[in-house]
Amino acid sequence: MAKVLMKGNEALAEAAVMAGCKHFFGYPITPQTELAAYMAKKMLKIGGVYLQAESEIAAINMVLGAAAAGKRAMTSSSSPGISLKSEGISYIAGSDLPAVIVNVQRGGPGLGGIQPSQADYWQATRATGHGDFHLLVYAPSTVQEMMDLVTLAFDNADKYRMPVMILSDGMLGQMMEPVEVKQPESSAPVEKPWAACGHGNKRPHNVINSLYLTPQSLEALVKKRFKKYETIKKEEQKADEYLTDDADYIIVAYGASSRISRTAVNLARKEGIKAGLIRPITLWPYPDMYIEKHISHAKAFLCVEMSMGQMVDDVRLCVNGRKPVAFYGRTGGIIPSPDEVLSELRKLAGGKY
Amino acid sequence: MAIVFQKPKALLDVPFSYCPGCTHGIIHRLVAEVIDELGIEGKTVGVSPVGCAVMNYNFFACDMVQAPHGRAPAVATGLKRAIPENIVFTYQGDGDLAAIGTAETVHAAVRGENITIIFVNNAIYGMTGGQMAPTSLPNQVTQTTPYGRDTSYAGYPIRVCEMLATLEGTALAQRVSVDNVKNVLNAKKAIKKAFTYQIEKKGFSIVEVLSTCPTNWGMDAEESLKWLKDNMIPYYPLGVYKDIANIKEASK
Repeated sequence: MAKVLMKGNEALAEAAVMAGCKHFFGYPITPQTELAAYMAKKMLKIGGVYLQAESEIAAINMVLGAAAAGKRAMTSSSSPGISLKSEGISYIAGSDLPAVIVNVQRGGPGLGGIQPSQADYWQATRATGHGDFHLLVYAPSTVQEMMDLVTLAFDNADKYRMPVMILSDGMLGQMMEPVEVKQPESSAPVEKPWAACGHGNKRPHNVINSLYLTPQSLEALVKKRFKKYETIKKEEQKADEYLTDDADYIIVAYGASSRISRTAVNLARKEGIKAGLIRPITLWPYPDMYIEKHISHAKAFLCVEMSMGQMVDDVRLCVNGRKPVAFYGRTGGIIPSPDEVLSELRKLAGGKY
Repeated sequence: MAIVFQKPKALLDVPFSYCPGCTHGIIHRLVAEVIDELGIEGKTVGVSPVGCAVMNYNFFACDMVQAPHGRAPAVATGLKRAIPENIVFTYQGDGDLAAIGTAETVHAAVRGENITIIFVNNAIYGMTGGQMAPTSLPNQVTQTTPYGRDTSYAGYPIRVCEMLATLEGTALAQRVSVDNVKNVLNAKKAIKKAFTYQIEKKGFSIVEVLSTCPTNWGMDAEESLKWLKDNMIPYYPLGVYKDIANIKEASK
């Protein structure tokens, strides 16, 4: 099939439309602007809804409303905006509603900057809002993946009745690459008998709610949700591997930093350093199983991030002291160069863990 | 024997969670009677607030969605945009609607969002134990204004209907009270008009209902009704602040 040149943010938008999402609620923020602009242009033509909310807080609550009505709904933002959405994301999780939230990350904390960053890893995987809950988090690394993972995100949001996040960054959002635009097969809308869309005098009323004043009821519900999370941990882990089979030194990197790391692996191989790359595609559930199978033969791991070191926590939890885990990161909107990563690999190869 | 009075069908047969003497019960009943009379229960979705009425998803027989504090108009917007042929209403208190949810309220009106808001103003945060609300009156004693609301320090009460009446998207902004039988009947008329306007796709409709909070006002039910009449109504005059029907007639 012929490929078309698309910007990452536009690919995310088009993929959502193809996945049957007809309800998008947004609020302007750099560097996710093209996504909302694409939706504004597209939705009215296909009889969908694009609505510019008065704030990120309102936008996520509009998503909550549309999701409660049983529709595929989406919002997108960038780091400071995701902080504002975190209240609504917690309510969406606590109400067992499916929704897709896109974070095109920029530098932080505070207003930070507008250059690419991966400093929202903790926020996405640990605490996107208050309470005991998880999001399914996907991390694309190409514009093609920006398309492909959106379908999966909507399908799994519906399947597990939970919010799903696409954790992208300003580099992937802004860059253009050729993509194959294919109509997804698995995006057929599922039945939603729980939806609050009017009972039509045919069934008892449906209630979408996250309030449980009896501690025993709340605990039971949270435990039920965590049982579901265990299933997801078993079935939904995704990662990509590159030259890992014989690797002595394995880089673990996702998204934009994985692209740089891949180049660094190639440079290292030319020097005779047996380097490899594990690229997590799901950040929650963390793809432990992909790391686990290489712990016996790898001499050391190197986590590369555009942050001060956030995902490295998960790598260390997985490796659990069995092998050294080093870290290299740039932050504040700086993208590490392949040479910087290569020099870290050289240090490892020289026995400097 | 003929039945002359019964519970509206749109209210489920469960006990309310409200304090004795609180007027939430009357307002719930009025909303439910209107839903019954318009025959819209099957296609209505209500949005519950945070506050004393948070659990009204257990009381109304239509489908219900519970919203984060102040966000009910945004949740209602998402619902209405997703299922535009359905009827969507929110039921919110003064802290929810006029403090934490001010932006959501104002912008739902700005957009002319075709939803109905039942705004219960009792001049206090009830659920959390009687703190100053955005609508607490000057000199009103609350848990957080123990010496009375000093307007030079804590600012002035907000008049919601007057504010929303200035917006193009507002189709109906009316303030009513439930402190006596006549006012209760008027309140029902206003609520019915608000829902009817939504059915007729006229835009944003809000009915502000002056209400009592005997528990946190520290009064019995009868004293509360008198306090509402003597103190709230003078500050929050009853009446129609905007009715799109009047504007259209005037422009003919």
